[in-house]
Amino acid sequence: MNALKLHKKLEENNALLIFGILLVSSLGGLVQVLPSVYQESLRTPEANTRPYSALELAGRDIYISEGCSTCHSQQIRSLVAEVERYGPYSRAGEFVYDRPFLWGSKRTGPDLHRVGGKYSDDWHRIHLVDPRSVVPTSIMPGYPWLAEKDLRSDDIQAKLRGLRSLGHPYSDEEIENAPAQLEGRKQIDALIAYLQMLGTGFVEPESGAGDSSE
Amino acid sequence: MSSEMTTQPQYYHDEIVKRLVQFSVAWAVLAMAAGVFVAAELLWPTLDMGQPWLSFGRLRPLHTNGIIFGFGVSALMATAFYSVQRTSHVPLFAPKLAWFLCYAWQLLVLSGGLSLLAGMNTTKEYAELEWPFDIAIALLWVSFGIVFFGTISRRKIRPIYISNWFYGALIIVIAMLHIVNNLELPVTWTKSYSLYAGAQDAIVQWWYGHNAVGFLLTGGFLGMLYYFLPKHAGRPIWSYKLSVVAFWAFTYSYIWAGPHHLHYNAIPEWVQSLGMVMSLVLLAPSWATLINGVMTVSSAWEKLKTDPALKFIVLSLAFYGLATFEGPMMAIRSVNVVSHFTDWTIGHVHSGALGWNAMITYGTFYYLMPRLVGTELYSKRLANVHFWLALAGTMLYIIAMWAAGVSQGLLWLSLDETGELAFGFRDIMSSMAPYYGLRLLAGLIFLGGTLLMAYNFYMTTRSRKTVKVEPPVVDPAFGVV
Repeated sequence: MNALKLHKKLEENNALLIFGILLVSSLGGLVQVLPSVYQESLRTPEANTRPYSALELAGRDIYISEGCSTCHSQQIRSLVAEVERYGPYSRAGEFVYDRPFLWGSKRTGPDLHRVGGKYSDDWHRIHLVDPRSVVPTSIMPGYPWLAEKDLRSDDIQAKLRGLRSLGHPYSDEEIENAPAQLEGRKQIDALIAYLQMLGTGFVEPESGAGDSSE
Repeated sequence: MSSEMTTQPQYYHDEIVKRLVQFSVAWAVLAMAAGVFVAAELLWPTLDMGQPWLSFGRLRPLHTNGIIFGFGVSALMATAFYSVQRTSHVPLFAPKLAWFLCYAWQLLVLSGGLSLLAGMNTTKEYAELEWPFDIAIALLWVSFGIVFFGTISRRKIRPIYISNWFYGALIIVIAMLHIVNNLELPVTWTKSYSLYAGAQDAIVQWWYGHNAVGFLLTGGFLGMLYYFLPKHAGRPIWSYKLSVVAFWAFTYSYIWAGPHHLHYNAIPEWVQSLGMVMSLVLLAPSWATLINGVMTVSSAWEKLKTDPALKFIVLSLAFYGLATFEGPMMAIRSVNVVSHFTDWTIGHVHSGALGWNAMITYGTFYYLMPRLVGTELYSKRLANVHFWLALAGTMLYIIAMWAAGVSQGLLWLSLDETGELAFGFRDIMSSMAPYYGLRLLAGLIFLGGTLLMAYNFYMTTRSRKTVKVEPPVVDPAFGVV
């Protein structure tokens, strides 16, 4: 039976065609994606990587909600120029508490993976509300409403509990105290807390050799 | 012949097709207008007037989702329903379900779009909608499958025509990708967390993201090509054998190419390399289809002079060839070092989305609308003007973004003689304004053409009802016994 005859069967049978498409299209995923989902090294945190605090998590969710990742990547590629510009390249272990990942696909603005600690809280506060007051040529939109809107605290326990069920190590006490961390704060406070901890999950080992950025 | 079996005449369900075409055109106008607006925001960042819902980060996903799920999917449903009836010689299966799908889908895109403006956003590209919408999409997609495969299973013609395989692959593979990528844990009605974290989430997302492009924007629209190109040209597809080979090669190899979106990122190197190699392999089935398409029209060139619809389809083939060549090139790691994160990617996407998807859809709609309403197109001249606007807009867009992207990529990477960075990020960014201006102009030109088409269709369909068409008699040699 030659191949065309076999194919004649396929193209005259609805169910066989459906099955054939499903089989052929799922091979790539099974061989390439599935092993990665079970790869232990991709879910092992770096030594300094910790879960987000309640305030940082709330800030991260604002970053997500405002679509910051449409213009800012969080992924420093292992290239000399990138490491010089932004700092140590990104390690898989730094992202184990990131649901979803926020690596982005476009840098209209600069990469933010190691932005934590680069600017003061006050700088961020002014910059987020009116970017052009500190960077005159910036094309980033302003976010004045973040400084006005109160931070929600009624959903934070559900969020932390959800993440705990996915394996993030939050204690009962942390979940208990979470709303108190958020109360009375503005949305911009949470976002700044998140920005300031970005990229701090990895600390370069003191090598003494001096050339450790590669 | 068929009248022996049924006393009442059977008609194709073309009202649904017409309605879906109208929705698709409406989404094209709305989503492209959103695109033009966000393009303008990159020049004048205060255009959002301090309104959260007008902010770039919220509007940009509205633009992409509106194009893909509003314009694109409505067009795919319309053309799939039109062609599956004719290639099967039977009316649609479960027409009530099809009508429900037609309206429910629009409602989903509309409410999903509003949810994005309200700040409900998972950030996973082309899967930004939150979990309640994900469930609704899955259910509606299943009803799409029931109508489509149900019609095929009642067909009166033995072979299943090639266009239906591509539409079938669209339905099956997108269902698989959508469900796996959107596995998430809802924590409130408006918020969920992905079941995958970090690098693993990235790998799953780009398996989805790349193949949403693959099986929706490429495969689905190839279904359109395989039915409407031969119809337009008035001759059968050049090589049926080649289309068979190209289909299976396409279905097998596309799915592997996702990791080229993550070159030099924090994922295993073998995954990146495999993604790159398979992206290059993909060139073969892509161009096999290109050759098949060009050879099919090659004896009908004279029709190009008189038929604006065919002009659109032939031009879409050219951009299909261009985009499917550029894609594998950008997947090569050393090229990707320059192109990744830059406007080059945006240019590449639009050479596909404007040049291929929109053009073939426009060509198909110009073919369909007069036939659905049983009259001549209101104005052939306007259609010709639209053709030149679409071509000019697309070319200008691609050139502007290519120039912007390549210069961004090279300037970001350039080091001076002492090994220090040669240019600051802010200087590079602020030098982009001229390119962004050209892009805005390109978008306006393309949108203008689309508006002309919408007006042309409005005038064509005004006060006319869809013509009823009976399935033709089946040649017993090909009929199902």
